[in-house]
Parts: sequence; structure tokens; C-alpha cells
Amino acid sequence: MPNTRIKVPASAKAGEDVEIRAMIMHPMENGFNVDSQGTLIPVEIITDFVCEYDGAEVFRVQLQPGLSANPYFSFYLRATKSGTVAFTWTDQDGTVTKASAPITVA
Amino acid sequence: MNDGNGTGYGTTRRGVLGLGAGLMLVALAPLPAFAGDDDTAEAIRREFGDAPMQEGRITLKLPALAESGNSVPLTVSVDSPMTENDRVRRVAVFANRNPRPLVATMMFGPRSGKPVFNTNMRLSGTQDVIVVAEMADGSRWKTTKRVMVTVGACDSLQMRY
Repeated sequence: MPNTRIKVPASAKAGEDVEIRAMIMHPMENGFNVDSQGTLIPVEIITDFVCEYDGAEVFRVQLQPGLSANPYFSFYLRATKSGTVAFTWTDQDGTVTKASAPITVA
Repeated sequence: MNDGNGTGYGTTRRGVLGLGAGLMLVALAPLPAFAGDDDTAEAIRREFGDAPMQEGRITLKLPALAESGNSVPLTVSVDSPMTENDRVRRVAVFANRNPRPLVATMMFGPRSGKPVFNTNMRLSGTQDVIVVAEMADGSRWKTTKRVMVTVGACDSLQMRY
């Protein structure tokens, strides 16, 4: 299971825009690298990233091999009510990695 | 073929070594084909169709000079209040000389706040980064910024092997 790192503030005021950061450890092989034997390493990437909160999407990315290894995103969430911020990464083979963090909205 | 002195080109040591060197050059030749402006225009058309684009409303923060093309930090902020009807729907990042010009597509959902995001991208060399934003009203905005890249994400390969 790939390692993920997420950062969600523990609390926020209603209506406030808070910064969310998410990263997953992944080589994001772009298909142009060769291994020590000189053979081309096939493309192996994360294709989708979604952040959901309060029953709706916050931010979704369709990733291409043009993103760096260990793809990282920071973006903003508008706080509505206390709940869970859920993150989902899907790779090209359909493997899903999930992470989540609680947020308290005053 | 052998003239007795080993200087003929048939099976001499030098000949074999030379052939080997030649083959190595051939093996290095099929490098990623870098995109041209047509490929980039085509990639943008595939994402956003033929609708006209206006310049502006997007602020692109990129280093003017990136030492490594493997990880170039990019911050995109779009000028939008993000209210229910006036918001950013989608942002796409293109690099006009990368083997694949489309780098990523970002969708802003109903719970998103400020239309700002930050990520790291690969750049194959010095080129223009183009960001296109699509608003909820269907209007499209474009901004371009040039980045100088010392060692591209693909060049580093040749240096390693």
C-alpha cells in the first residue's frame, strides 16, 4: 500500500477557506526511463485523485505522466460543517488508496 | 580478406569495437519525441474544443529558472469569487515541449475554496507552460509563462546511461 501524507487543519471557522495538502509516495514512471539493464520501464502512474468533504467534491485531478514522482497537491476547502475530509488516489490498474482526516468547524 | 597484419576491416579488434560504439549510438537514438506547437494546440483543442480563449485572469507562479526539470513547483491562482454561479470549473496545465503536452487537469468541486492550487511538474527542457481555465459560464482563459530548465526531466536520462 503506498504511503500517503495529508495535512488538514484540525479546526476552522464556517465559511473559511482552509489549505489542504496531500501527497502520495509513487514513482509516476513516465515510460521514458530505463532500468539498469537498459530496458524501458513502462508507464506506471496514479491517474486520479479526489478530495471529498461534506458529501461533495472539493478538488479532483486527472494526473498525467507529466507530473513529478510523489505527486503533491495543495488546494483550498471551504469549511461548512464538522466532518471528515476524505482523499482517494486511483492508479492505472485500478488500485485505490484512501486516507482521511477529521475537521471541526465552529 | 585477412592481409596478415590484422589491419583489414573484416574482423579486426578495432572494427568490432567501432561497430559496438555505432550500435550504442543507435540504441540511444529513439528518445522521446518532443511535442511541437501543433501537438500542444491539438492537446488544448482535445480538452477544451474550439471555443475562443481570452488572455488573463490566471496568475502563474513558476521559477524563471529551474535547475532540474524533474520537479518544478507550480502555483496557479485564478481570479474568481467562487460563488455558486461564478466559479472555476476546470484548469488544465500544458507544457509545449514535453513529449506529452498535457500535464494534468484539475476540477474544482462544490466544496472548494479559493481557486488556487500548487503542485510539482516535469519539464523536458526550456519551454512555455500554458494554463487554461474554464469558468462555470463557459468562458475560457489562458496564461503562458516561460521556464528555463537547466537539466530536463528527459535529459537526465542520457546523462545517467
